[in-house]
Amino acid sequence: MRVDLTVNGQTHALEIEPRMSLLDCLRERLLLTGAHAGCEHGVCGACTVLIDGAPARSCLIFAVQADGYAITTIEGVPPGPGELSPVQDAFCESHGMQCGYCTPAMILAAHALLAGNPTPTRAEIVEAISGNICRCTGYAQIVEAIALAAERLRGRNQPAAKP
Amino acid sequence: MKPAAFEYARPASLDETCAMLASAEDARLIAGGQTLVPLMAMRLARPKLLVDIARIPTLTFVREEADAIVIGAATRQCVVEHDSTVRAQLPLLAKAMPFVGHAPIRSRGTIGGSLANADPAAEIALVAVTLRATSICRDVTRTFDVAASEFFLGPMLTALPAGACLVAVRFPVWCEERVGVGFQEVSARASDFAFASAAAQIALDENGICRRLELGIGAITPCPLRLDGVAKALIGTQVEPGSVRAAVSAALATIEPLADLHASAEYRRRAAATLAARAVAEAYAAAKAAEGAHAR
Repeated sequence: MRVDLTVNGQTHALEIEPRMSLLDCLRERLLLTGAHAGCEHGVCGACTVLIDGAPARSCLIFAVQADGYAITTIEGVPPGPGELSPVQDAFCESHGMQCGYCTPAMILAAHALLAGNPTPTRAEIVEAISGNICRCTGYAQIVEAIALAAERLRGRNQPAAKP
Repeated sequence: MKPAAFEYARPASLDETCAMLASAEDARLIAGGQTLVPLMAMRLARPKLLVDIARIPTLTFVREEADAIVIGAATRQCVVEHDSTVRAQLPLLAKAMPFVGHAPIRSRGTIGGSLANADPAAEIALVAVTLRATSICRDVTRTFDVAASEFFLGPMLTALPAGACLVAVRFPVWCEERVGVGFQEVSARASDFAFASAAAQIALDENGICRRLELGIGAITPCPLRLDGVAKALIGTQVEPGSVRAAVSAALATIEPLADLHASAEYRRRAAATLAARAVAEAYAAAKAAEGAHAR
């Protein structure tokens, strides 16, 4: 079946089987391997992508259902080649990861949160990543990283304070 | 975890959808797919044809009627969660929405999908039964209504006939001045399946006397259950905590709660009694605080 997928601003015409999940399509056909395959039945959240800006599990939507939506993967997050987004930067700085398997999904969930809420409380951060399982960190540094990213994003384009 | 092969169709209209369901063998409707796709991945469901109704405009709406809010079956849960009309007119549904799955599930999952799936722990089904909502269904020959209390027959089983499509659900809106709602749930983790849940909506008169009350419990019995005996006992009173507990215990005495690995029948009965009393207290407090406007 033919489908036109718009991923990270680029439209791809693909011929795929209806049973191919968006996740498999991203990984195998578009070689965007940042969305990770974990449980493949909607529990772990490792495959999270943004669909029209909202986090969604790419294992629970078939690629044939996804034409016409603006899909964002972790590869679409950095502002330029070799750069990191403020959220990615904050994850590095706070070491909000260990094995890295859940990290792209966590970062996308954080991006979606901060796009709509520049001043999230700790409870709102926890709620935003509640659909993403991390089996390494105990979440503490992930929550710290998102709070740090929120602070940085709020301060962006503000004049520097005078000494 | 890969589903078996299937054909995929995306009809443009409801008529076309019903015609497809009538003629195809082993066809299943898909909208958000948040329950069907896992079932397909585990090969517990192996439809031959998936009929995608997610983008049919006549299934995607929140409409205000004289004494009801009608929500299209393919309306996504995140849309309902943030809809200002729902917040103002259906505070109980608005209160229950954040308990439905996680945000990424609600961003794709639909109102009709949750109802048609009929999980005993589903929050939207509980609100529908509690508020006496009506399912609007359609097949090739006719459009027909089914009361929510008759729509759910058991776990994952509804009265929706084969070949029919759930089109919308109509929630009655209470027109009383002082309305309050309560929603309570206990689960292992936030946003996980409920072990027990309770929903209550109360209308008070100017003297704080209960004029109308609906109370429902979820995840306890095979389908959500409205406790009409509790309403009967409390209408006309000031909803004293002691009489709430007594009425709830009496209503729960005859039910046979579900039991599984996570929660025994005895635990569920106890949790249901506590949550039901809390939901009523929450609704009563909200109604008391409401000054001639719907409590949020």
